[in-house]
Amino acid sequence: MFSWITDYSDLVTDNWQGYADGLWITVQLMVISTVAGFLLAIPLSLARVSSNPLFAWPAFAYSAAFRGTPLLVQIFLFYYGLPQFDAVRNSIFWPFLRDAVPCALVVLSFNLAAYFAEVLRGGIMAVPEGEKEAARSLGMTPALTYRRIIMPRAIGIMLPSLSNEVVQQLKGTALVSTITVLDMTGVARRLAAKSYTSEPLILAGILYIILTYLVSRLFKVFERHLNAYQIR
Amino acid sequence: MFDLHGYGEQLLLGVIVTLELAFVSLFFGVLFGILGASAKLSSSRALSVPVSIFTNLMRGVPEFVIILVSYFGLTNLLTSIAGSYVEIDPFVAGVFALSLVFSSYASENFRGAFLAVPKGQLEAARAYGMSRPQIFLRIHLPQAWRFALPSLNNQWQSLLKDTSLISVIGLEDLMRKAMIASQVTKNPFTFYVATAVVYFVLLAISVPLFRALEKRANRGVRRN
Repeated sequence: MFSWITDYSDLVTDNWQGYADGLWITVQLMVISTVAGFLLAIPLSLARVSSNPLFAWPAFAYSAAFRGTPLLVQIFLFYYGLPQFDAVRNSIFWPFLRDAVPCALVVLSFNLAAYFAEVLRGGIMAVPEGEKEAARSLGMTPALTYRRIIMPRAIGIMLPSLSNEVVQQLKGTALVSTITVLDMTGVARRLAAKSYTSEPLILAGILYIILTYLVSRLFKVFERHLNAYQIR
Repeated sequence: MFDLHGYGEQLLLGVIVTLELAFVSLFFGVLFGILGASAKLSSSRALSVPVSIFTNLMRGVPEFVIILVSYFGLTNLLTSIAGSYVEIDPFVAGVFALSLVFSSYASENFRGAFLAVPKGQLEAARAYGMSRPQIFLRIHLPQAWRFALPSLNNQWQSLLKDTSLISVIGLEDLMRKAMIASQVTKNPFTFYVATAVVYFVLLAISVPLFRALEKRANRGVRRN
């Protein structure tokens, strides 16, 4: 009756090294793409709220394109689609886009930047008008106001939403297994195909649950730190 | 560049499969979302606690993993029951997985929406002598629907995008057709761009549709 327990413990003892390697790839993909996506999202969100259509429109188009298409299509478009052009194969980006892991990182970062930018745009608009006026009346230049007042406040206000996007991103990394990356899902798929069982995939699912839990806890700590003034 | 090498018709057939998958999953997703929300709001803790835990756990698992587990898991389960190898249809596994994902999120939305209906409305309905199913169908659900629609719109957008993942387990949807056409014609860029455009248009069309639904759901609300 409890044979499933031994099934799983055998699975863990036999393959823990594989899972650990996969987990490490997954965590790297998530962390690097989150940082890169965030750095891209800051100028994007500023362009999005700009009154100059020359900035606002391209940023809007970028967000719409990446949020309006499935991540899987984007991954395939970059990994299988771009090499169709000699110009891409001869460019300086080729050594980077040729391999699955860097290519996956590029797509994941571009994708997350679009979602982050939308969230940050909401945050920028949610900063109380009085705070912007106060900064201006203290003689801050617009650039300084954005750096010291608006962006930190926007990030603080939107931290719960940013946290959701990071969790979505973590789950999105599972798709890189379709372009041969051996992330946690890739490892589990390989084991499942070898043993004709679904236990390896279920085990991966459990590990993902733990990972999402840790990510959301981390953001809670972050939130308490960044929004310290709100805690009573 | 937009020469589809005669694969246009195949892509169109794929779009139909994609839409069928999305709509059937939406139907079951909404249905189980409402049932899940009712379970979460139930006064019986034996019902509300397990459902809450289950949907919370589901939301921590990648959609792709849920799809793979559904496909291989259901195949294994049916095989062990039947005693001989039974392969489950990718469409069925896809509907199962996508409606599971959809309802995990939707049950939380519906829970909030049910709670947002003023209590007086339900008391008034009871005072009129309506039975519990009547109260639910005539008063509670139509008003909760109004609060749930905006987040259902977001969930629908995710659902439509997630249908592309079912191609990996072999369903001949738009994405799968694009993969086949890319391999045959050696023009992957063309086909993946075309695919991206189709998904984009489908999502763009659903925005005014949801706006119309919201308008209809809110027809009883006074605007200032």
